[in-house]
Amino acid sequence: MYVSVKGGAAAIEASWRLLAEQRRGDTTLGELSVAQIQSQLSLAVDRVMSEGSLYDPELAALAIKQASGDLTEAIFLLRAYRTTLPRFGYSQPINTAQMLLTRRVSATFKDVPGGQVLGATHDYTQRLLDFALLADGEQPASDDAPVQATGPMPADMPRVNDLMAREGLMETPQPMSHAEPGDLTREPLMFPANRALRLQALARGDEGWLLALGYSTQRGYANAHPFAGEIRRGHVSVELVPDELGFAIDIGDMEVTECQMINQFAGNREVPPQFTQGYGLAFGGSERKSMAMALVDRALRSRELGEPLVAPAQDEEFVLSHSDSLESSGFVQHLKLPHYVDFQSELELVRKLRAAHASERQAPPQKEAA
Amino acid sequence: MMDENYNFGFLDERTKKMIRRALLKAVAIPGYQVSFGSREMPFAYGWGTGGVQITASIIGQEDVLKVIDQGADDTTNAVNIRRFFARTTGVATTEKTTQASIIQTRHRIPEAALTEAQTLVYQVPMPEPLFRLEPRRSETITMHALAEYGLMNVKLYEDIAQLGTISKTYDYPVLVNERYLTSPSPIPKFDNPKMHMNPALQLFGAGREKRIYAIPPYTAVRSLDFEDHPFEVQRWDHACALCGSGDSFLDEMIVDDAGSRLFVCSDSDYCGERREAGHVGTQQAVQMSNALTVQGNAT
Repeated sequence: MYVSVKGGAAAIEASWRLLAEQRRGDTTLGELSVAQIQSQLSLAVDRVMSEGSLYDPELAALAIKQASGDLTEAIFLLRAYRTTLPRFGYSQPINTAQMLLTRRVSATFKDVPGGQVLGATHDYTQRLLDFALLADGEQPASDDAPVQATGPMPADMPRVNDLMAREGLMETPQPMSHAEPGDLTREPLMFPANRALRLQALARGDEGWLLALGYSTQRGYANAHPFAGEIRRGHVSVELVPDELGFAIDIGDMEVTECQMINQFAGNREVPPQFTQGYGLAFGGSERKSMAMALVDRALRSRELGEPLVAPAQDEEFVLSHSDSLESSGFVQHLKLPHYVDFQSELELVRKLRAAHASERQAPPQKEAA
Repeated sequence: MMDENYNFGFLDERTKKMIRRALLKAVAIPGYQVSFGSREMPFAYGWGTGGVQITASIIGQEDVLKVIDQGADDTTNAVNIRRFFARTTGVATTEKTTQASIIQTRHRIPEAALTEAQTLVYQVPMPEPLFRLEPRRSETITMHALAEYGLMNVKLYEDIAQLGTISKTYDYPVLVNERYLTSPSPIPKFDNPKMHMNPALQLFGAGREKRIYAIPPYTAVRSLDFEDHPFEVQRWDHACALCGSGDSFLDEMIVDDAGSRLFVCSDSDYCGERREAGHVGTQQAVQMSNALTVQGNAT
């Protein structure tokens, strides 16, 4: 008689096969290679690496392929791989002033030492569908000379914030801490959290969530007056001090996008009016993410700066408890799991209440002495 | 067979040690939520990551594992978790409650009485019993420290004042060892009395929320109530259609579009054992009509 929930094991295996078919798609078309994804869907790879908290373009591309392009699922795959990796140690802080720049813009000064470098950006495309890409084959090679900077870019391009700090207009940066940073993939995040942990959570945080919260601060929920002090993208070297050597060695390069937002701060009795910063950093060319992150970081500094806490984006526990795309995606989607037992309990209650309601309507209500 | 590419039970030994330390603290302070460094697992959050981490940390080669979801061994998520442990530990698995040394569960406590030799591992979505009343964990930590549970009592009182009954039917709050207000996880309140003075060790894991708590064997667990509105559990007007049991928690299934319902035990092992022992139910679906026209059993 009753068979509908039997056969879970067979159903799961059949589902795996269907999933593989869905991923492969039309077999008359060539299979997408991981190298193609890595090189031609590079911004998707960057997002998966950022929120997956693992800098490995090849594995991120593999995850995107395996997930049929579902980026949250790809992030899940990368995180589930990352969780088993041993920790060798902490790198030295990366020095983004010594970045090999491919893009650098400041919205606060017309010109800055080192100059503005537009680089590759969608900003000034006209968002017209390029039907040439629809036709198979390569885009016709341009006759223009390949774009090159007129000269080599200086190795050390000071950050705009540092220039302002020299004049005292910008808050003094916090002294560098030599304490080992917390790791929220090893220890639970407790509140209140320090800024390093907050930035860690934001760096792993869902781009859409940060974008919406950052946007809310621009629309009056937290009263931010942000300026993009500087956005820079490029390659930085990562250095590690192995215990047995005692000095830093270069273990490789990675591409990052950094955003420093500049916000007004009215000052108080002790501190004169000055500018304060919000900070964002993400792997690769994740520019939207790093800008949104900088806005949210600044909003979360409200308590530290003595500003009134009035908006969702300033509420540390609210922002950080809901920023992880895997936590939110998992818990929302767990509603697919059976809840027969809970629902049965609710049914029983509602039926009981409805029966009581029906009998009350038939008989005059009796006062219950409760 | 066991997958040799992973450590026994998937987690590395240092992580297991960290989790076992959290478990020891949880057992020492019954009902208290211990924060722990929950790992990212190859399961989605909300699908049992907390329970899986606890089971992975306590399971040994001699253990026999049973995994249930909604009381049944053959629901897809239970199958998936049981396979995961079969693959990463190679331990024996069973569907028999009496033969298991570790039972991982979602939403039910088995009908068969447990023994001192058994451990029940609950998957917990929301470990904080106060979260619907106070969403901030930074606040609820203080409320637990002060045993300040007036908020929950007022909520239950308001239910009675407005509905004549407490509207919590599952995840019904309990006081463990007369000290900590605790979430029993979303088990039906029908199962709450089984937690009280249970000979088995009861462990609770919430992976996404990064909390572990425990009810040691033979610990008092009291479901909150009032003198004039004592706690009571669900009762059905029907017995199980398959095994005829009148004491078990029943699942209801819609068998046609004319409103016929079939009531069967939610605990598939319990139901199967009874049928093997010769008990037979009516084998009949029952007709349910509009509740507003039915004189319901208002107990």
